[in-house]
Amino acid sequence: MSEQIKKFMYINRRAPYGTIYAWESLEVVLIGAAFDQDVSLAFMDDGVFQLVKGQDTVDVEMKNFSPTYKALGDYDVTNLYVEKESLEERGLTLEDLMPLTYEDEDDDWAEKDSIRLVSRAEMADIMDEQDVFFSF
Amino acid sequence: MKFAIQVNEGPYQHQAADSAYQFTKAVLEAGHEIMRIFFYHDGVNNGTNLTTPPQDDRNIVNRWSELGKQYDLDMVVCVAAAQRRGIVDEGEMQRNGKDAQNIADGFRISGLGQLIEAGIQSERLVVFGD
Repeated sequence: MSEQIKKFMYINRRAPYGTIYAWESLEVVLIGAAFDQDVSLAFMDDGVFQLVKGQDTVDVEMKNFSPTYKALGDYDVTNLYVEKESLEERGLTLEDLMPLTYEDEDDDWAEKDSIRLVSRAEMADIMDEQDVFFSF
Repeated sequence: MKFAIQVNEGPYQHQAADSAYQFTKAVLEAGHEIMRIFFYHDGVNNGTNLTTPPQDDRNIVNRWSELGKQYDLDMVVCVAAAQRRGIVDEGEMQRNGKDAQNIADGFRISGLGQLIEAGIQSERLVVFGD
């Protein structure tokens, strides 16, 4: 839709439930995917809980939107940076997160992981390369 | 410089709505451009004309409307966030079978694409939130 390509980063800092930030952030990502920008997502602080597998929201009567993250690959949103320290501070490891993958059209549609575990220092470097941040 | 502003918090509950207004005003008074102000999350409540604060307090909604009129600002309320929170214009009233509308002067309701577009077209997108 636009000839200009910018590097967009969505920063997810909140737990998936409790407030609506995480869900409405995901809505922006899905709409934004139609604009053909260079998109990545960052998960840090309580935001890492958004990707935890086995979310069950029945008792709190919230919509469980976690399956939507699995569709991101189909929207060409394939760079999900998860901050290692944020996971560790919460007693989580990569094993606790949903397996999120995409098919790489440049590599014979090989299935690859979308989640990239990065250190806090690496996250700072990645942020330094971005043009636009949406902070939620 | 060409700025875009995103407001993620409602008026009175959170100072982000005040800071966004004050920043926008300062940007304009310094001779820069505000290409769009996008209201998201509870920020959509900045655009309801039903707000009635005490008389000795600032009127955040009217303040936006006046600034918008003075500088011909594009003040956009996210439609999805607005529908959840009961911010309604003439079109939304008819589409959703409501019996009232409450969008404040100078605001318009539109989609999230307007936010992405603001990120693309502005030189700086400044987010005000928690």
